[in-house]
Amino acid sequence: MLKKVDPMETHTLSVLVDNEPGVLARVVGLFSGRGYNIESLTVTETEQASHVSRITLVTTGTPQVIDQISAQLDRLVPVHSVVDLTVSGNGVERELALIKVAGKGDHRVESLRLAEAFRAQIVDATTESFVFELTGRTNKIDQFITLMGPLGLVEVSRTGIAAIARGPAGMVL
Amino acid sequence: MSDGLTGAEVVMRALKDQGVEHIFGYPGGAVLPIYDAIFQQNAIQHVLVRHEQGAVHAAEGYARSTGKVGTVLVTSGPGATNAVTGLTDAMMDSIPIVCITGQVPTHLIGNDAFQECDTVGITRPCTKHNYLVRDPDDLARVLHEAYYVASNGRPGPVVVDIPKDVQFALAKYTGPSNVAHKTYKPRLKPDQASVRQAVDIIANAKQPILYTGGGVINSGPGASKLLREFAKMTGYPVTSTLMGLGAFPASDGQFLGMLGMHGTYEANLAMYNCDVMVCIGARFDDRITGNTELFSPNSTKIHIDIDASSINKNIQVDIPIIGDVAHVLEDMIRVWKARQPEIDAKALKSWWGQVDGWRGRKCLNYEPRKDIIMPQYAIQRLYELTKDKDTYITTEVGQHQMWAAQYFGFEDPNRWMTSGGLGTMGYGLPAALGVQVAHPDSLVIDIAGEASVQMTMQEMSSAMQYRLPIKIFILNNEYMGMVRQWQELLHGRRYSESYSAALPDFVKMADAFGCTGIRCSDPDKLDDAILEMINTDGPVLFDCLVAKDANCFPMIPSGKGHHEMILGDEPTNLDEAISEEGKVLV
Repeated sequence: MLKKVDPMETHTLSVLVDNEPGVLARVVGLFSGRGYNIESLTVTETEQASHVSRITLVTTGTPQVIDQISAQLDRLVPVHSVVDLTVSGNGVERELALIKVAGKGDHRVESLRLAEAFRAQIVDATTESFVFELTGRTNKIDQFITLMGPLGLVEVSRTGIAAIARGPAGMVL
Repeated sequence: MSDGLTGAEVVMRALKDQGVEHIFGYPGGAVLPIYDAIFQQNAIQHVLVRHEQGAVHAAEGYARSTGKVGTVLVTSGPGATNAVTGLTDAMMDSIPIVCITGQVPTHLIGNDAFQECDTVGITRPCTKHNYLVRDPDDLARVLHEAYYVASNGRPGPVVVDIPKDVQFALAKYTGPSNVAHKTYKPRLKPDQASVRQAVDIIANAKQPILYTGGGVINSGPGASKLLREFAKMTGYPVTSTLMGLGAFPASDGQFLGMLGMHGTYEANLAMYNCDVMVCIGARFDDRITGNTELFSPNSTKIHIDIDASSINKNIQVDIPIIGDVAHVLEDMIRVWKARQPEIDAKALKSWWGQVDGWRGRKCLNYEPRKDIIMPQYAIQRLYELTKDKDTYITTEVGQHQMWAAQYFGFEDPNRWMTSGGLGTMGYGLPAALGVQVAHPDSLVIDIAGEASVQMTMQEMSSAMQYRLPIKIFILNNEYMGMVRQWQELLHGRRYSESYSAALPDFVKMADAFGCTGIRCSDPDKLDDAILEMINTDGPVLFDCLVAKDANCFPMIPSGKGHHEMILGDEPTNLDEAISEEGKVLV
């Protein structure tokens, strides 16, 4: 059957959940069970005293699917609240990556120069390798990794996106 | 801190404090302490089923016919996995269930112990919520929470998995009043601006329809009363989903019958041609909409639902109203009364003229036969002979279910128990058991098919044990009728594996269970046989031999719109009724 195809969008959702056992499985199961995409997922307890964890999710879908995802998340019993930071339009997003590059000679010098340009930190070094720590928006990290490709890129570890809204207000429990 | 109660005793006390009177269950190693606690009390009656799936269906029947939460108790491992079908069924149909499962002791969890399974993992997608209780002091709180979550908001099943050592341990008890849920606070009262906007649109409608669903039933008897009041105020036509039957009286002139795949001609055409659709507690499921691209193309759609995720899931609506049906209807009626809007009487009259024209098509007519019982006729007679009694109907799944929905008139809510969303064959018999437990003096009939009923037939033994006089009315056409019908329509009449071969003799089977068996194959003797069934004291297996080749019509073929129904008495080339695209749909 021919279906009208709406454009795909990428949205970042902040989800405050009660940090009970299985809550992450619940969220991930919702996405796999209903066929939604997860591009990035981060989760950690953020308020120890009240057992609240914050999940930051990046997902793609048509606007209708994104609304469904928010509503489906919101009706999970341990979920306090869901905010679509892309809709509210004022989110700050950061990601941290650890990037290992091995090489000698010109390659090594060039990787170091680029690391400086990107304001990456060196967190480990040997005579033939560096581990760079880079924080920033996803596309900046993507770009850096692409540049490292021909310069001896060994492996990458990324945290996934953490996001928060600008301004004085916080998410309500 | 403990009150000298074991975990098992805490379970019983919490259940008692929640007003539980009946538990449907089956014992096993990992729930023995709770069964021991059951043995030592009299407040709560345990109903022993013959298979855990039956326990959940019985609890569903109990819940749907009373509005209360149904309670289930099963053991770990196979006890829990056998309950999964019932839990999924309750999830799909929004039925409040609390299912307590035993679990291996905490120190063995994850060790592949005997009768261990990851119950919370397995049941996570098929429950509204679930818990594994590791700390005995959490037990009372979790159980009270489970009843709260199951019954508030959009209802659903909740599993509480309790390891055996927690059942033995001393545990703290707290009463239900101390529970305030941290996160789950569903919205009941609607946004008033949306209500006012909706009333405006409804009042200005020229070709309106009220499309009602199971949410009206779930919202309680008050919601059905309000729906009737609202329908009377407006004078608009009303149709209902399978789940909502009984919320509005079938005998009322404003009622167009059920809509959807096997809905009436008038209901579906009214949906297709309406200019304002008011969806009240229904979810635009695929059995209702048919091809969504062709669904009611020219209407302004108002959608009342307690679950925000139902809004715009299948069909884009214009005015979403999130709230409990009873609350929303109450507000809409209040606004309507305050405004006294002027309805376009002329437009409404002409709309009713159109609707009555479709009604005049008499889409449920069928060719009566002298030599053999038509299944539709059997339901009509069953209805006529039971309508003045205090009757509850359950069904299995298939053609008989659709015929029951089409030909049995429901006047009140909570009288009709059928597996709508999941379509679970084998639902009706155990559900009837649960209904009868809740209403011991009522007439409870499972309208069944010979194939479905064999899936949970063993529960007749429970009916005998508790002297529950359920009547199993089997429309026996020797086929999995709906499968056969689809094979006729979609697969060139190649009836692959849909013939009910080697059928048992249901009358002898009744004899084996110790209940009454009745067989009837003669239309002239059907009334007497039905009366005999009704007047029999105990459970009855009624083997009603019906026409083998009858199809269930009207039917919206897969992939088609409401205006493209196949009618039973119209020559249709069935081979071409469904397009290639439609064939892949379920």
